[in-house]
Amino acid sequence: MLFGMKHHKMNQNIRLIARLDIKGSNLIKGVHLEGLRVIGNPQHYAYRYYEQGADELIYMDAVASLYGRNHLADIIRKAVKNIFVPLTVGGGIRSVEDAAAVLRAGADKVAINTAAVENPDLITQIAGKFGDQCMVISVEAKQVSNQSWAVLTENGRERSGRDVVEWVAEAVDRGAGEILLTSVDREGTRKGFDVDLLRAVSQSVNVPIIASGGMGRLKDAIDAVNNGGADAIAMADILHYKRASIGDVRNACQSAGFQVRSYEQA
Amino acid sequence: MSKHKVIIVDYGVGNLLSVQRAVEECGAEAITSSEPNVIALADRVILPGVGAFANGMTALESLRLVDAIKAIAADGIPLLGICLGMQLLLDESEEHGLTKGLGIIPGCVVPVPATDIGNKSLKIPHIGWNSLVAANGATWNETILKSSTNGDAFYFVHSFMAEPENPLMRVADCLYGGKRIPAVIGCNNVVGCQFHPEKSGLAGLKFLRSFLY
Repeated sequence: MLFGMKHHKMNQNIRLIARLDIKGSNLIKGVHLEGLRVIGNPQHYAYRYYEQGADELIYMDAVASLYGRNHLADIIRKAVKNIFVPLTVGGGIRSVEDAAAVLRAGADKVAINTAAVENPDLITQIAGKFGDQCMVISVEAKQVSNQSWAVLTENGRERSGRDVVEWVAEAVDRGAGEILLTSVDREGTRKGFDVDLLRAVSQSVNVPIIASGGMGRLKDAIDAVNNGGADAIAMADILHYKRASIGDVRNACQSAGFQVRSYEQA
Repeated sequence: MSKHKVIIVDYGVGNLLSVQRAVEECGAEAITSSEPNVIALADRVILPGVGAFANGMTALESLRLVDAIKAIAADGIPLLGICLGMQLLLDESEEHGLTKGLGIIPGCVVPVPATDIGNKSLKIPHIGWNSLVAANGATWNETILKSSTNGDAFYFVHSFMAEPENPLMRVADCLYGGKRIPAVIGCNNVVGCQFHPEKSGLAGLKFLRSFLY
């Protein structure tokens, strides 16, 4: 395996992404996507991460698919007032119209899990209408055996019966331009990314993979790229609890020889 | 700093809110409009855009905006095309068959070249943050990049690229898979950028400020 070479060869920046899980109007954080704890006002945290030099932000409505609707349009409308980096929005997007509504509010991409699993044609429709770059497939993966992961839906509450690697390949065939790959086993645990999961997926498709779930220490990001083939790192817990800043992660990536966005402080 | 009246052309493609907010953040007054009469009175015009070239041209034509935008360019009023808005400034595009553009900057819109690196093909669309490099022979001193730092990164999302006929109209490129992609083009009062300054953090705001003041 030459995963250590991948990003050098591709000559692309590793993206550092802050992930904000939202419930109602609050930023929250859980463990294994459960046991949600309120962190604070999402706008304050989002702006802090923008100032620290986050390359993108991901907003996930943690309970939207439970109620079948997305409450993030208002939060996005506020975010675009003072945050000038790309925004991805997920949670409860069930139709082309839902996607259009959050894009109109100022989002650049939509991330879809449950509705895409139930109706894979939605991927084709959204990619066709707004472009592949706009259609992020969000995958919640739970390990079932060595080298095998199951696709969960409803923010980790339901089993779909699908296999992660097979599902990702289908989603990419249908036009998904990017994969947000969350390990439910590692999410909120600070035990590091599921590198085996990342590697299994990054070997099977040629679209960018965002590693999500488990970042505990700076070296976990290096591991996800070097050994998992990740193209981007999503971070939540480590940022929300101020165990590291985006700047710390950027420095660690540079020290490891990764290309990251050159960023000038205000 | 005196306030300028900036018109953002609304022709139904893409989200204008982010562009408007970025212009306001730079201290200018921004109005979105699809009225040729309103656009004619602007101090500065921004032509944004996301999506397919042919859709964009069709929308401009049906709103009777083609002549209005050409007049802005001809009258020496500063005009900035962003992403698809940059590509529309050229003569024609090869996206989904040949489509005629605004013809303000001579040249053609062509696909981002596919390149194989190792055993993986380069990902198209070109998405993500990329740094600018000077185009061959270009200096930034007198251009919209005068306050940008060499190496500043901007956010790109595109599959096609705008190639001016005259290489001197290329101000800055970015490198993708070792190939040069025009990132900023310009000719007198008309400028185009392939990246999204409204999504490019502080570097993007600095770029917009250079256009606005």
